[in-house]
Amino acid sequence: MSPHLRRTLVVVGHGMVGHRFVQAAIERGLTETHDVVVVGEEPRPAYDRVALTSFFDVGAEALSFLPDGEYDDPRVRLLLGTTVEEVDPAARTLRLSDGGELAYDELVLATGAAPFVPPVPGHDLPGCFVYRTIEDLEAIREAAAGARTGAVVGGGLLGLEAANALHGLGLETHVVEMAPRLMPVQVDDAGGATLARHVEALGLRLHTGVATEAVVERDGRAAGLDLGEETVEADVVVFSAGIRPRDALARAAGLDVAERGGVLVDEQCRTSDPHVWAVGECAAPGGRMYGLVAPGYAMAEVVVDALLGGAGAFTGADMSTKLKLMGVDVASFGDAFATTDGALELVLADAVAGLYKKLVVSEDGRRLLGGILVGDASAYGVLRPMVSSGIELPDNPEELILPAARGGGAEVVLPDEAQVCSCNDVSKADIVAAAACDGTTRAGATCGSCKPLVKKVVEDYYASQGRTVDRSLCEHFAMTRQELFDAVAVHGHTSFDEVVAAHGTGRGCDVCKPTVASVLASQLGRHVLGEGRAVLQDTNDAYLANIQRDGTYSVVPRVPGGEITPDGLIVIGEVARDFGLYTKITGGQRIDLFGARLEQLPDIWRRLVDAGFESGHAYGKSLRTVKSCVGSTWCRYGVQDSVRMAIDLELRYRGLRSPHKLKGGVSGCARECAEARAKDFGIIATEKGWNLYVGGNGGATPAHARLLAGDLDDETLVRYLDRFLLYYIRTADRLQRTAPWIDSLDGGLDRVREVVVDDALGLGAELEAAMARHVAGYRDEWRDTLEDPEKLARFVSFVNAPDVPDPHIGFRVERDQQVPAEPGGPVVLGSAIPVGAPR
Amino acid sequence: MSGQAAAADVAAHTLVCRLERIPREAGVCALVDGRAVAVFRTHDDEVFALGNYDPFSRASVLARGIVGTRGDVPFVASPMHKQGFDLRTGQCLDDAAVRVPTYDVAVRDGTVLVGPARESPGEGP
Repeated sequence: MSPHLRRTLVVVGHGMVGHRFVQAAIERGLTETHDVVVVGEEPRPAYDRVALTSFFDVGAEALSFLPDGEYDDPRVRLLLGTTVEEVDPAARTLRLSDGGELAYDELVLATGAAPFVPPVPGHDLPGCFVYRTIEDLEAIREAAAGARTGAVVGGGLLGLEAANALHGLGLETHVVEMAPRLMPVQVDDAGGATLARHVEALGLRLHTGVATEAVVERDGRAAGLDLGEETVEADVVVFSAGIRPRDALARAAGLDVAERGGVLVDEQCRTSDPHVWAVGECAAPGGRMYGLVAPGYAMAEVVVDALLGGAGAFTGADMSTKLKLMGVDVASFGDAFATTDGALELVLADAVAGLYKKLVVSEDGRRLLGGILVGDASAYGVLRPMVSSGIELPDNPEELILPAARGGGAEVVLPDEAQVCSCNDVSKADIVAAAACDGTTRAGATCGSCKPLVKKVVEDYYASQGRTVDRSLCEHFAMTRQELFDAVAVHGHTSFDEVVAAHGTGRGCDVCKPTVASVLASQLGRHVLGEGRAVLQDTNDAYLANIQRDGTYSVVPRVPGGEITPDGLIVIGEVARDFGLYTKITGGQRIDLFGARLEQLPDIWRRLVDAGFESGHAYGKSLRTVKSCVGSTWCRYGVQDSVRMAIDLELRYRGLRSPHKLKGGVSGCARECAEARAKDFGIIATEKGWNLYVGGNGGATPAHARLLAGDLDDETLVRYLDRFLLYYIRTADRLQRTAPWIDSLDGGLDRVREVVVDDALGLGAELEAAMARHVAGYRDEWRDTLEDPEKLARFVSFVNAPDVPDPHIGFRVERDQQVPAEPGGPVVLGSAIPVGAPR
Repeated sequence: MSGQAAAADVAAHTLVCRLERIPREAGVCALVDGRAVAVFRTHDDEVFALGNYDPFSRASVLARGIVGTRGDVPFVASPMHKQGFDLRTGQCLDDAAVRVPTYDVAVRDGTVLVGPARESPGEGP
C-alpha cells in the first residue's frame, strides 16, 4: 500500500488495555495499514497495574511492559506525559495538552477508570491519596516515611491491597468498609469473616459496616478518620472505595454514555460514533463496565478484529477473581452468591485452619455454577473452567474442595473448550495445540493463577502422546536432579558408586554421571578430577578445557571482570605464540586460546599459572565470567565502581558448580554498558547502591533478567546473591538455566524473592554458610592438577607413546592464525600432516 | 574380546599399558600400528578396544567419552556429540548404519595388549 493511503489510528490511554490493543494491532498486522499514535498521560509506558503493590519491592522498571520505552514496530508512536483535552468526532481530530492537534481515521478510547473518592469533608487534605498509579505509590511511600498510622477507606480487593502496602511500609493500619464484610463483591458473609480473621491476625485493624464521615484535620493535614461512633488515627489516608469509568472526554464529545457511567459501546466495542471505539474500564458494553483486566483485553482484541474486518464480539466476561492478599488466598468465580434458581450450596468451613470453601451447584447437583474459596484457592484452577464448560460434577463434589489429606483432590478431566486462562482467553484446546507443535500461548502470562492447571494440561497431553513427563534423569535414576541433590545431601554420599548403589540402577551414562559429578562438586567442593571423579565428567570438565571440532581444546584463563594488565596480556600473547594457538576475544571479556592438543594442556597451564593466571572455568557448568563496564573510576557517567564489584563477585563465585553455566554482569550506571540484564545475575549501579536482576541469558532463547531487589548495599547484594545462586543450584533441573528455573517455580520470581529476600524458608543462613564454605575451599583446578602426578598422567596423546602427537590433528593457516585443517572434511589417518607449531 | 578371550598370537599384539593405568569406567588412547585405538576398562574389569575415531564428528576422541551401560550393553558416549557405541561390537547405538572397528584385546600378567582390527566395518578410515 502506498504511504498516502495509510490511515491513522489514535489510542487514548496507555494502561494495560491500551498496551494490549497496540500489541494485538502489531501482531495481527493492523500496523501494515495504519500508523498508530498512542497518547498516555502517565510519564511512563504501560506497566502491570495488577501487580502495582510489588512496586514497593521491585521498583517501577520491573513492572514495565515496555522496558525499552518503545514498541518494536516503527509505525507505532508513543506520546507520554500527554493528555487529550478534547475530541472532535465530526472533524476527527483531537487536541492535546501540549497544544498540538492530531487527526485520526479511527480513535480508540482506553482511558481506564479513576478511583472513586467519597466527597466527605477533608477528602482532599494533604495526606490523602488514591491507589492507582506508580506516582500515587511514590507519594504514599514518601508520606509514610514520616508517619506512624494509616487508614484505607474501602475493604474491597484494591482496598486490601492498599492496606497491605501501608502495613508493609510500617504503618499501624486501619481498614474501613461500609459493607458488613470485607470484599463484599467477591465473597459472602462467612467467607468475609474467614478473610477478616486472617487479615486481623496479620495486625490490621478492621472496621466493617462503618461509614467514613470525615477526614480529621490537624495542622492542615489528614490526621485520622471520623467514623461516627469512633475516630481512628491516620497520618496517611488512602481512598479505595471503588472506581469510576473515565468517560469525560466521550461525554464532552457528545458520545453516548451509560446510565451508571462508561462509554456506551456495542458488541464490537464501537461507540455511538462509527469511528470511535472504547475498550477496558472506560467502556460500558451493554451499559455495564468491567473492572478487571481480562475483559479489557478481550475488548482490545475485538476492536483490532473489527478494524481488520472481522466479526469478533464482546458478549460479557467471566468476572472470576483469584488473588493472594497478605498471604491469604481468595477466589470467587461464577455464581458465587447462588443467585441461580434452585442453586444449592456445599460448604466446607474450618475456622481452625482458616479455610472457607463454598461450591454453588445446580439444583440437580450435576453442574458447578460458582464458588468462593478463602484460605486455600488451589482448587480454583480446576473449578473455574468447570463452571464455564459446564461439565458434569463427579459423584462426590466435596472431594473437589477437601484438603488432599482428607480425601480431596479429585481428578477432573476438562473438555477441550474449557477456558483455562481467563485473563488471555486461552482454552485447553489452545494449550494442547501449542504443546503439540512446541509452540506457546499467553496462558498464565497475566495473573498467573492458572499456571498449575496449564502445567497439568501440558503434562496430561504429553502423557497421552506417550511422551513421558517422567522427570527421571535417565534410565539409571528415576529421580530429578533436585531429588538427587537432596538424596546426596541427606545420605552424605561422596562417590558415584555410592549414589548409584543407593538410588539407581546399572552403571550410569553420559547424562547421570556428569550430573552426579556436579552435585558432588556443589556439596563437597573437592577437585573435579579427584578420587575417581574424572571418569564422571564430560570431556570439558575431564580435561579442564573446551573440546573443539577436531578434538583439540581451547584454554581460557580467568580475567576477573575483564580487567587485565599489559604484562598479563603479553604473557597470554607469548603463550599463544609459543604453542601456535589461535586467539580470539570472547564475549565474556577474556581471551580464548584454541588448538591445544591434549598433551600440551599441562605445559600451557604451567606457563599461565606461573604468571599468576588460573583456570577461567570456561569448560564447566559453573560460573563463567562477571562482565563489567569500566565504571566510575574512568567513566564520566558511572555512579559506582562496577569493575571492583565484578572482580569481587567473580572471585567469590569462581569454581562454583551449577546445573548449567552461570554468567554475571555489573554495570556502573543505568546506561547498562555491561549488558548485565542478559546475564543469570546482573547488577546495575544506582545512586544509592545496586539493583540486582536475575534470570537473564543470551543464546537461543534470550531472556532479560528481572529485578529481584533494588538499592542494595554491597553486603546485602552479596548476601542475596549467595542465597540466589545456591537456591538455584540446589533446586534446578539438569541443564536448566536460571530463567526457566525461575519460571518453573510455583510463584516464579515472587517465589525467588520470598526465599532470597524474605527468607521465607528460613534457609538464608544455611545457604550463606554453604557459600562461605565454597569460597574458603576454592582452589585453582589447573594448579592442583599440575601438582598431582596422578592427575597429570591422563594428559597424554597415547598412553603407550605419550610424546607422539595424534596424527589426526592437523592445521592450516587462515588470516595469519592456525585453524583446523579442512574444517569438517575427512582426515586421513597416518598421513604426514605437520602437527602444531614449533615449541 | 576380553581378558579371558585371549588372542593366540601375543607377538602380533601391541603393548599398551598396565591395567591399573586405565581407570575403571574410562578409556585411554593407544597408538597401534599407526592407528589411534581407544581401550576401555569397565566396572567389572573387562577390557575392550575400539577405533578412537568418531565417525560422526570425524575426530579422534572416543577414548575420552563417558563409559556406562545402556540396558545391559556396556557403552561409551562420544565426548563430541554423545552418540553411544557398544564396547563389545563397535555398533553405534543411535544409528544402526554406523559401526566403529573393534580390536582384539587381552590382559596378560596385568598388562593390556591390543591386537589387529577384527574386521573392517566400512566406516572411518
